[in-house]
Amino acid sequence: MKQGRFAWIVPALYILFLMTPIYWLVAMSFKTNLEITTRFTLFPEAFTLDNYAKVFGDERWRSVFANSLMYVSLNTVISILVALPAAYAFSRYRFFGDKHLFFWLLTNRMAPVAVFTLPFFQLYSAFGLFDTHIAVALAHCLFNVPLAVWILEGFMSGVPREIDETAYIDGYSFPAFFVKIFIPMIASGIGVAAFFCFMFSWVEYLIADALSRNAVVPITTRLQALSQASGTDWGVLAAAGTLTLIPGAIVIWFVRNYIAKGFALGRV
Amino acid sequence: MLELRDVSRRVSGVDHLSGISIRLERGALNVLLGPTRAGKTSLIRLMAGLDRPSAGSVLFDGQDVTGRPVSKRNVAMVYQQFVNYPGWTVRENIASPLKVRGTAPAEIEREVKRAADLLRLRELLDRRPAELSGGQQQRVAIARALVKKAGLILLDEPLANLDYKLREDLRAELPRLFADSAAVVVYATTEPAEALLLDGVTVAMHEGKVVQAGPTQSLYREPQDLATARIFSDPPINTIPAAAAANPARFAGATTLAVRAHHIRLQPRSASPDVYVTQVESIEINGSESFVRLDVRGQHWVMLARGIHAFAPGTSLTVYVEPEDVMQFDAAGQAIRPRREAA
Repeated sequence: MKQGRFAWIVPALYILFLMTPIYWLVAMSFKTNLEITTRFTLFPEAFTLDNYAKVFGDERWRSVFANSLMYVSLNTVISILVALPAAYAFSRYRFFGDKHLFFWLLTNRMAPVAVFTLPFFQLYSAFGLFDTHIAVALAHCLFNVPLAVWILEGFMSGVPREIDETAYIDGYSFPAFFVKIFIPMIASGIGVAAFFCFMFSWVEYLIADALSRNAVVPITTRLQALSQASGTDWGVLAAAGTLTLIPGAIVIWFVRNYIAKGFALGRV
Repeated sequence: MLELRDVSRRVSGVDHLSGISIRLERGALNVLLGPTRAGKTSLIRLMAGLDRPSAGSVLFDGQDVTGRPVSKRNVAMVYQQFVNYPGWTVRENIASPLKVRGTAPAEIEREVKRAADLLRLRELLDRRPAELSGGQQQRVAIARALVKKAGLILLDEPLANLDYKLREDLRAELPRLFADSAAVVVYATTEPAEALLLDGVTVAMHEGKVVQAGPTQSLYREPQDLATARIFSDPPINTIPAAAAANPARFAGATTLAVRAHHIRLQPRSASPDVYVTQVESIEINGSESFVRLDVRGQHWVMLARGIHAFAPGTSLTVYVEPEDVMQFDAAGQAIRPRREAA
């Protein structure tokens, strides 16, 4: 079928629709508070970097970014390390209840996050983990490990079992095979799984907020707190908001070629 | 020498292999012949140590290796699918078993070159498997099996996924490749012609059992039973109840008679052949030979005739079978007085 001359209009409108809020946030971050609160302008009239200077100059802002990056990275590493062997087992072995367990892993993701805040708060307090990076990282595993297992299982099942066997026949032990041959073969899957873990943990607010007080203030908590207080510094908030988009954008850039396969959970 | 002693394998209540006892010698090409699902792959996996037998034991050079994990055994294997490590170059793929073993790099390089020369992969060493044709990919897998110099080399229908021409080429090379390896070479195939071309020893398999094992030629000429005769025939062997034969008196005591497709002739060879008047059902011509499907007193036969023939379906055709070409089987399917074939 010949494509119509105006076939570009619908996707263009759609992209415009998607990009508008992001553009608005970025544009706001370069405006003064006066301009933001008094006029409706498409482009910053008095272009300023003051908002960014304030964010970078403020120790509290720097520390919330560091905090978030810290527990998000921890969580991503833990999730992938735990999910790799689990996904391998689901992909390669048949065991009692494997299908139910696999499904049950996913149902964890269906529960609202808020349900878990109270038990988490009590549990982590009891173990003296409250207000630590590892607490938030572990709590996020509840959602990220199942997701990572699900994604990795799809990628692993795409690798023929004969590859495993050939490696054993060649004389590789299981650990050597897993690290030297198997992991490189599913590297894109690991990238995609890491991306999803990273993004979930980065944007998650409820649990991170519930498990932190002073030492570990997540970026989401601070953004939320500032927007509710009276006399909001809109420009600074927009600048900080823009900065929170960057890690995600960077991760997306790295996995851009696999992301479609990742959304299909490797089953393409 | 590889010896299987009364080996069985049951998977969730289904017998994949039962009561298999065979001895395979070094230096000979051992062919596992049987239709799909005969248990060839199950047996090969068991020999490799990828699966464990439910009962019985596997001995290699007199040593019991039944429970030994595959990575601790000295085996090499080539699958029907072309299995190579996709991320590695051809050189790295071939070198893989030597590298694990800790062979010196200089020697690895020498061995890889030697195998690459044998399998005509010299120009492709720096490519990745995905950049090769199917035949080349399978040659990489064979090269990897060769360099290991394993005591047991298992080839599970290695040519089945190749197209006709490549298969012919590679099949001609295979016996030469493994000729000077002192290994026990096991080659699984569904094709009788392949077993005959590779010669050596044939183990005929049917429904998870070994029906007959022995030198390929004798298996072909003197099958012990009807099952072996069926397995070792392509096109399928033609059978007829002895009572319905053209000359039942000749085959007293036999229940079933069998004759190979190329032994059904359009002209008599001797003075007193068995004469069958048949109906032509259909005809397929492959260029130099004609496969003629015949209805013989209610039995469906296939005749393989040299040259191109144009018999119209439905016409009547008189064919001749020499008595010495007829194999006779008793009610239990056991061969009676196996006869020598005239080539």
